[in-house]
Amino acid sequence: MGTAVIELADVTKVYQTGDVELRALDGVSLRVEEGEFVAVMGASGSGKSTLMNIVGCLDRPTGGTYVLAGRRVSGMSRRELARIRNGVLGFVFQQFNLLSRTSAVENVELPLEYGGVGGRERRRRATEALERVGLGQRLHHHPNQLSGGQQQRVAIARAIVNSPKVVLADEPTGALDSRTSVDVMAIFQGLWRSGITVVLVTHEPDVAEYASRLVVMRDGRVLSDRVQEPKDATQPTSSKRYGAAS
Amino acid sequence: MNPVQTVRVALRAILRNKLRAFLTTLGIVIGVGAVIAMMAIGAGAKAQVEEAFAAMGTNLLIILPGSTSAGGVKGGFGSMPTLTWDDLAAIRNDVSTVKAAAPTMRANEPIVAEDQNWTTSITGTSPEYFDIRNWPIALGAAFTQSDVDGGTKVIVLGQTVVDKLYGSNANPVGQTVRIGSTPFQVVGVAAKKGQSATGQDYDDAAFIPFTTFAQKVQGGLGKYLQGQIMVAADSSDDTARAQQDITALLRDRHHIAPGDDDDFSIRNLSEIAGARQQGTETMTLLLASVAAVSLLVGGIGIMNIMLVSVTERTREIGIRMAVGAEPQQILMQFLVEALSLSIAGGLIGVVTGVGTATWLAGRFHWPVLIQPQVIAVSVGFSALVGIVFGIYPARKASQLDPIDALRFE
Repeated sequence: MGTAVIELADVTKVYQTGDVELRALDGVSLRVEEGEFVAVMGASGSGKSTLMNIVGCLDRPTGGTYVLAGRRVSGMSRRELARIRNGVLGFVFQQFNLLSRTSAVENVELPLEYGGVGGRERRRRATEALERVGLGQRLHHHPNQLSGGQQQRVAIARAIVNSPKVVLADEPTGALDSRTSVDVMAIFQGLWRSGITVVLVTHEPDVAEYASRLVVMRDGRVLSDRVQEPKDATQPTSSKRYGAAS
Repeated sequence: MNPVQTVRVALRAILRNKLRAFLTTLGIVIGVGAVIAMMAIGAGAKAQVEEAFAAMGTNLLIILPGSTSAGGVKGGFGSMPTLTWDDLAAIRNDVSTVKAAAPTMRANEPIVAEDQNWTTSITGTSPEYFDIRNWPIALGAAFTQSDVDGGTKVIVLGQTVVDKLYGSNANPVGQTVRIGSTPFQVVGVAAKKGQSATGQDYDDAAFIPFTTFAQKVQGGLGKYLQGQIMVAADSSDDTARAQQDITALLRDRHHIAPGDDDDFSIRNLSEIAGARQQGTETMTLLLASVAAVSLLVGGIGIMNIMLVSVTERTREIGIRMAVGAEPQQILMQFLVEALSLSIAGGLIGVVTGVGTATWLAGRFHWPVLIQPQVIAVSVGFSALVGIVFGIYPARKASQLDPIDALRFE
């Protein structure tokens, strides 16, 4: 067995609204090793987004323990969680979540600013990250001058600029057409091949096919968890298949 | 994130909405501008009063003789001589808080030079007078005690009299002038003093020894002093004390029974000055507090816009938090934004206030005094307004839940 990056043990998340108690996570145990590409699937309400928020240190579990890269994250303060998000994790969201009226390179610099990286070094690393996702020519474009796929690539560059251990992606292809989705998945596979652990939440089965491991959730529990042979996103796919999928 | 970056991010956020930022700062601009203009006007008025009273003399008391009362018609203070030369000596010698005292007797007489004449106020007094009135001699010298003792015919001219008799820039020291048929030698010219608070020209005057005055103008030196006594107290704190002491002394010397009215009156000029001073200070305070209220309103305006801004930018806050902004850093960002708005407003307000004050000074000839400390205090105060009214929205931003913030539409 390799080194564990993410270790969830019997994690629960309970939302209390009035008298109604909602168990979004009902005892989830999950171990992700370094260098894995995990896709988490499930219908809406299955708890996959809640799981993602907890793994992403945006939310704290009600019960259970969470160890990220050897550090016990459950029970950390808001400030410590912010530091973890900055140094260990990278985020990619469905809605890209770029700062508007801010150039691509400045968006990518954002995590480095909070990480206290100096101006010149920051610009160098941000440029490098954008080149890595194929946007070396669009450094100074603002989000509204970029296509959806390009915006998502800026977001990916932002997620990897601080050399995180884990990149978390929440429905990263949800707002993209199928062709662009494949391009974006190719980038994720590239990251994974370079050694970054990727955890991706999706409800699209063909997106999940690109991962090396598939976790299916239902009603706040892990329904199935299996290793799979990932489909190569750089290989051309028949348009027929995509037509059927969408 | 270092402070420079924090300021840069804040400024960029402000500049994204230039018109809104300007309107937000307007309250502070008007507040600070009003404070500075009002304080400048108040300080100018105060300085003018101070100057006017300083010109009259420092720590000055004027003792006036009593009034006549004939057939039910009361003559007013000074109409009956009740002060004696012995009273003057007693005031000089027996009251410890008195620095100097001088008699003043006045008459309006024409002074004749070789080919010109000019009617002016001639004062018979002693050499102490010039000290008491804070009035230096510009040319020559004041007459001396021996001139007083000998009843010498010497004269000190005011600048206006010199201008009228000899023309400006002339030096009349050594020349002879006549009052009536009596020749006087000019020994000195008193320095230009300007106008009194009521517009009277101090320099339209001439001074001769009181002994000479009594003999040549009044026709003999009697028991009574036919004029007033001017007294300088040791310091401005001593004037009230000196006034009490002199009152007690004169009542005793004049055998006034307890409960009876004084047969003299003492004017305390520093008291009058103080009262006027207080008047201008009250006015200044009033104006400044109105201006301070508008600063407060400006602060509320900033808070209002910052709250709107936090709501509008909830998603941005969420993004920043997701990539690792600590709550403290978010707090600082919004606080610096509020602070930048209020300081910018303060600085624009300073320019506006100074401009308004300068304009008023030029347009209406108001005495205006711009004090650097007022500028410092109002800019400091506007910064404080920014912090006080910025902290709540900033805290609100920093306590947002990152997940909720990211979901915010």
